[in-house]
Amino acid sequence: MSEKNSDVLVDDGVDTRTLVPIYIMGKKYMVPEALTIMKAMEYAGYTYIRGCGCRGGICGACSTVYRKPGDYHIRVGLACQTVVEPEMYLAQIPFYPANRAVYDYQSAEAIADEVFKAYPELLRCVACNVCTKACPMDVEVMDYISTIKRGDLEAALEISFDCIQCGLCASRCMGELPQYHIAQMVRRLVGGKITPKAEHMATMVEQIAQDRYHAEIEKLKAMSEDELKAVYQARELEPATADEFWKPEDNTYL
Amino acid sequence: MKVSYYPGCTLKTKARNLDETITGSLDKLGIDYFELDRWNCCGAVFPLQDDDLVHLIAPVRNLIRAKERGSDVLMTVCSLCYNALARANLVMREDEEKRSTLNTFMEEEPDYNGEVEVLHLLSFLRDKVGWDKIREQVKTPLTGLKAAPYYGCLLQRPREIAIDTADTPEIFEEYLAALGAESVDFPAAHECCGSYQIVTHPDVAIECSASIIESASSKEADILVSSCPLCEYNLGLRQKDILAKYPDRKPVPSVYFTQLLAVALGVTEEMCHFELNMEEVRELLLERNFIPA
Repeated sequence: MSEKNSDVLVDDGVDTRTLVPIYIMGKKYMVPEALTIMKAMEYAGYTYIRGCGCRGGICGACSTVYRKPGDYHIRVGLACQTVVEPEMYLAQIPFYPANRAVYDYQSAEAIADEVFKAYPELLRCVACNVCTKACPMDVEVMDYISTIKRGDLEAALEISFDCIQCGLCASRCMGELPQYHIAQMVRRLVGGKITPKAEHMATMVEQIAQDRYHAEIEKLKAMSEDELKAVYQARELEPATADEFWKPEDNTYL
Repeated sequence: MKVSYYPGCTLKTKARNLDETITGSLDKLGIDYFELDRWNCCGAVFPLQDDDLVHLIAPVRNLIRAKERGSDVLMTVCSLCYNALARANLVMREDEEKRSTLNTFMEEEPDYNGEVEVLHLLSFLRDKVGWDKIREQVKTPLTGLKAAPYYGCLLQRPREIAIDTADTPEIFEEYLAALGAESVDFPAAHECCGSYQIVTHPDVAIECSASIIESASSKEADILVSSCPLCEYNLGLRQKDILAKYPDRKPVPSVYFTQLLAVALGVTEEMCHFELNMEEVRELLLERNFIPA
């Protein structure tokens, strides 16, 4: 790799990628376009020892806030998913301190009062909707806070389901609500105390207890690394287009 | 006319006896309406500081929701919700500068210019349904029931959003007459119940409510009728505290006006949720044969 000029990168004399300027915590770096913010920061010399998890847009560890020139909006994204844009100003928010209430799950009822008791600040919401605008997962954050206020915890579970707990909502809230912790409490209450139990799960657990899969596990445990790799590579996958009637060829355990 | 119903948070939690008697009654009356599917808190208290626009966002956002759904009339019942929504609507209609500031702040929403009409259920019934239609639909007239119409302070103030002539309202009386009940004219009909003082200064609230109940009682009211979950809490559910302080006084059952409508129209008792009122309410209605034993 050699630099032809400051804006163009020549890779083995063939691949030409344009460099774009970005500002990481106020300092200018030239980084290849089409990189994600995370890769661009690594390209610029930063090493993540925290604030980076799955690199797949699921774990919520790598929240980024950024601005674009001439635009007053604060924009948000996950560093591992958001592609750099020329002239963007960015900073990572790997963690945001937010109140996380302690409550007794066993005795807690799945009702709004229980949530108000744990999080009285919930009622400070003024419906400004800045939380929703700050959500990198496009969750309607203010809407689930509103449904909790009116006691509809099941709706709050549905609306908040895609939350990855990054905390950006809480970072922007003028009412100082920890929305994502509140939503997690609600999902736990609804999931454990309202949603019907999955009966087949109990059957599966019972079968495991009765050593139904014991022989298979022992067989795997006895394999060498190469044998394990071969078995893994040869495993039968459910096709993405499979319908509900799809069955694996080996249906010993169905 | 496309009518949307804004219930409000309390109606969906503590005041099911208000919410379900509204929907039950509107269905009995065959009124075409829909409940808003997406809404937030009304803001509860209209901000009195002139430059406090932050607390207008919540009510205005609800008006936008109604507009988004193509509704030109938003009907609501809780006195606090009505007051906050109607006054916010007035600001959006009349104050160009505040309208512009709020619309700019809520840039993710369509602009709102006061297109929706906010009506309290009482004015909705009077102006859009008509007392005659209600009278026709009444199955159990509340004959002989002496009801004290408690307006409270939020339905009539300020006069710009008053549900009836500000100084001499008769809408509540007309409503009760349509149900076959007799209205009791009592001096404290427009006094404050003590409102949120019940949380921080309960003694103050208890005194306020006690004088209202005493006023209704002095005019021999059988029942006190209100439109607001906070009033009903202070006058009804907390009446035991008042009676504990003034043991020589008699209880006056306290009820939502929509519960009387539901009883008169024959809405099932299950939807009336008298278990959420003071127990004297159901006892009285049973004694008068307004509800089946």
